[in-house]
Amino acid sequence: MQTDRPGVAAARTRLLFLLLLAPALLWLVGLIVLPHLELGVLSLRARVAPRQYEASLAQYRTFFEEPLYWHTFVRTAVMSIVATALTLLLAFPVAWTIAKIVRGRTRSLLFVLCLIPFWVSETVRTLGWMILLRESGVLPGLLVAMGLTAVPIEMLYRDATILVGLVYTSLLFMVVPLIGALETLDDSLIEAAYDLGGSGLSIMRQIVIPHAAPGITAGCIVVFMLTLGNYLTPTLLGGKNSLWFTEQIYTQFITRFNWEQGAAFGFLLLVLSTAIVWAGLKLAGQRFGEVMQRA
Amino acid sequence: MIPSLPRPAWLRAGTAAYALLFFAFLFLPLAVVAVFAFNDAPYPAPPWRGFTLDWFIGGAAGRTGLFADGPLLHSVWTSALVAGWVTLLSVLFGTANAFLIERTRFRGKQALSLLMLAPLVIPGVILGISILAFASRVAQFADDSLGLELDFLRPGLPLVVLGQFSYIVAIATLTITARLRRFDTTLEEAAYNLGASRAAVLATITLPYLKPALVGAAAISFLMSFENFNTTLMLVGSDPPLTVLMYGRMREGASPVLNAVSLFLMLASALLALSLLRRGGVPDTR
Repeated sequence: MQTDRPGVAAARTRLLFLLLLAPALLWLVGLIVLPHLELGVLSLRARVAPRQYEASLAQYRTFFEEPLYWHTFVRTAVMSIVATALTLLLAFPVAWTIAKIVRGRTRSLLFVLCLIPFWVSETVRTLGWMILLRESGVLPGLLVAMGLTAVPIEMLYRDATILVGLVYTSLLFMVVPLIGALETLDDSLIEAAYDLGGSGLSIMRQIVIPHAAPGITAGCIVVFMLTLGNYLTPTLLGGKNSLWFTEQIYTQFITRFNWEQGAAFGFLLLVLSTAIVWAGLKLAGQRFGEVMQRA
Repeated sequence: MIPSLPRPAWLRAGTAAYALLFFAFLFLPLAVVAVFAFNDAPYPAPPWRGFTLDWFIGGAAGRTGLFADGPLLHSVWTSALVAGWVTLLSVLFGTANAFLIERTRFRGKQALSLLMLAPLVIPGVILGISILAFASRVAQFADDSLGLELDFLRPGLPLVVLGQFSYIVAIATLTITARLRRFDTTLEEAAYNLGASRAAVLATITLPYLKPALVGAAAISFLMSFENFNTTLMLVGSDPPLTVLMYGRMREGASPVLNAVSLFLMLASALLALSLLRRGGVPDTR
């Protein structure tokens, strides 16, 4: 008995370890790794006869040969980058106000006010924008009442509308990491820079932005990723003109049941998203793990 | 810039005006959704035709209120059911993952914990289609070689639960790990020294300490599952959860009954958010 103990204890520790490891492996292998391998395999084959497939690059060839597909792809990427930049511009002053200017109760109140809209489903928020912007909606009616336009104008189904919706949906994911980054900036650094003759602009460029860089990167990555993969906002606010790439994936996969083509599109979107996230990290000199902890 | 430095009056006024506009922008869409739930008109659009509760309790033809709208109520139940399962699975797996990351050492742990973050940067649509394709392959294999009909691997609620779980568990893991990391392990050692068993220590020391994180993770999981659209859309069968049903109706031209159900969603979210914040819980919704 006395000599057996360490062996038993080691075996129990080992068993406990395996019990803890099993859920993680089940999740990551079963729901992440294998499904994505399956997606890759699907995208690299073509149907030659019913239930007959062979390896081929036909799906990717279609993507490059059909202008609609790669136009949509590029358009989605560009609009996501624009939306991310706009979100950063809009969110920064508010994050600054909450982190640096207001104090005490006002501050907690403003922070909670920022959070609340995002606890509500994206579907509800998009419904709100549709009621505001459609031809018979609130804003076109208001413009007519103010005498700015003669007849109500349709404000849905425009690129600008899609951008408004995307920026709106993304704001929180920018504001929270920005506040986190700005809070840790010591006010005395700004005061010192001011005493040494720094102007608002130079303080911003040389002190605030370098300090907030991790938060900015985290916010931008999350916002970009969410925008690129968004489906609801572009299709509802953009209608048939939205030309969003996730919509192409849906059409191929669900409507046309062309899984091979849909898988290829999915893989291309994944590569694009990974590439831009990676480039963003490189540019800001950040590491993925640390950034995700912040976000 | 900051209060301790001299700020010109225009800058102060500008900051206040900007903050005001920003919050107006944030709340405008929610406000119109709420207001038009009470408009006495068949479409959620101006002009204002008077106050009515028809969109909540009405039952007349063309005026089906929320509580008479069978499919809509059923979809709320479906969403709650899915969210319940996702929450349960996410908190259980998230807790196991947290202990794995914080309490064990093994080769490849660094890589594994990075992989755990991957679902957060994979677009939801792609998570959906990849799980759909893989599940279909497994079902096909079971059918062809074993003669088994695995219906739960065809599009439907079990797949929706798996799809949502695949990334929500990553968020639960982050939340629980963060709290477990700050735990003072000498408390456990003291309990062991006093003769407590492993199970007793877990039940009386470690889990009570983790409770706020567990509650927070559960609330966030439930909310994210209830609101999920992208992944759900790819995996849904004939039984749509609320977001998918609302999406379908919004494409056809909405009736104010959607505003009515949205109002309830807003109230529920606000209550949940406020109770969590009051507990000093998690301000992070990711």
